[in-house]
Amino acid sequence: MAASFEISARPIEPDALKAALAADRAGACVCFEGWVRNHNEGEPVTALEYETHEPLAVKEGERVLAEALERFAIVRARCVHRTGRLEIGDCAVWVGVSAAHRGAAFDACRYIIDEIKHRLPIWKKEHYSSGESGWVNCARPERDGAALPSS
Amino acid sequence: MVDVTAQYFAVFREQAGRDAEALTTRSQTARELFAELAERHGFLDTTARCKVAINGEMTEWEARLQSGDVVLFFPPVAGG
Repeated sequence: MAASFEISARPIEPDALKAALAADRAGACVCFEGWVRNHNEGEPVTALEYETHEPLAVKEGERVLAEALERFAIVRARCVHRTGRLEIGDCAVWVGVSAAHRGAAFDACRYIIDEIKHRLPIWKKEHYSSGESGWVNCARPERDGAALPSS
Repeated sequence: MVDVTAQYFAVFREQAGRDAEALTTRSQTARELFAELAERHGFLDTTARCKVAINGEMTEWEARLQSGDVVLFFPPVAGG
């Protein structure tokens, strides 16, 4: 299969995913891993929780991969996005692309991760070391002292 | 009046204190229903930043409601 998108409740295994990108006509492979980092916008983060609407996330994810196959000269594209609770250092999202040449592979990989972040019904809740938590990009009540995010 | 089911996700689920509810409403469009529910549950995000799906398909805020519809309200997303 030229493209596959998946939402997974289990840890992402990049090596196994990468193996499925192999093709005789591919001379380049670009993979991106999004990891859980210990801070966001100045706040220490201790863990993340992802919530998804899986049927529509899969549908839109498959659409993004189909667009990448149409726009760029690539051979295969795959993406897996985690759901559930993740700890610092865990892989939250993996994107892999194979192509005859590196330019298309880099461009397609960048396109896929950018679109995935903005279009899929996936929500991220950050847990902070203060014990507080908050949904990223969502408006919060005034008392939290956070304004409406700009992005 | 139409009978619909509203489903909430992420911050909307927490603010509404439930993941779904059955409603009888005078609202005629998804936008009107969102305004009604935002008022009731204190949703702070606006339709400009949110998305809506009806019966499993993404749709426009102006989509007209029919009895039996399942309306999914998606707050601003944050994948990756």
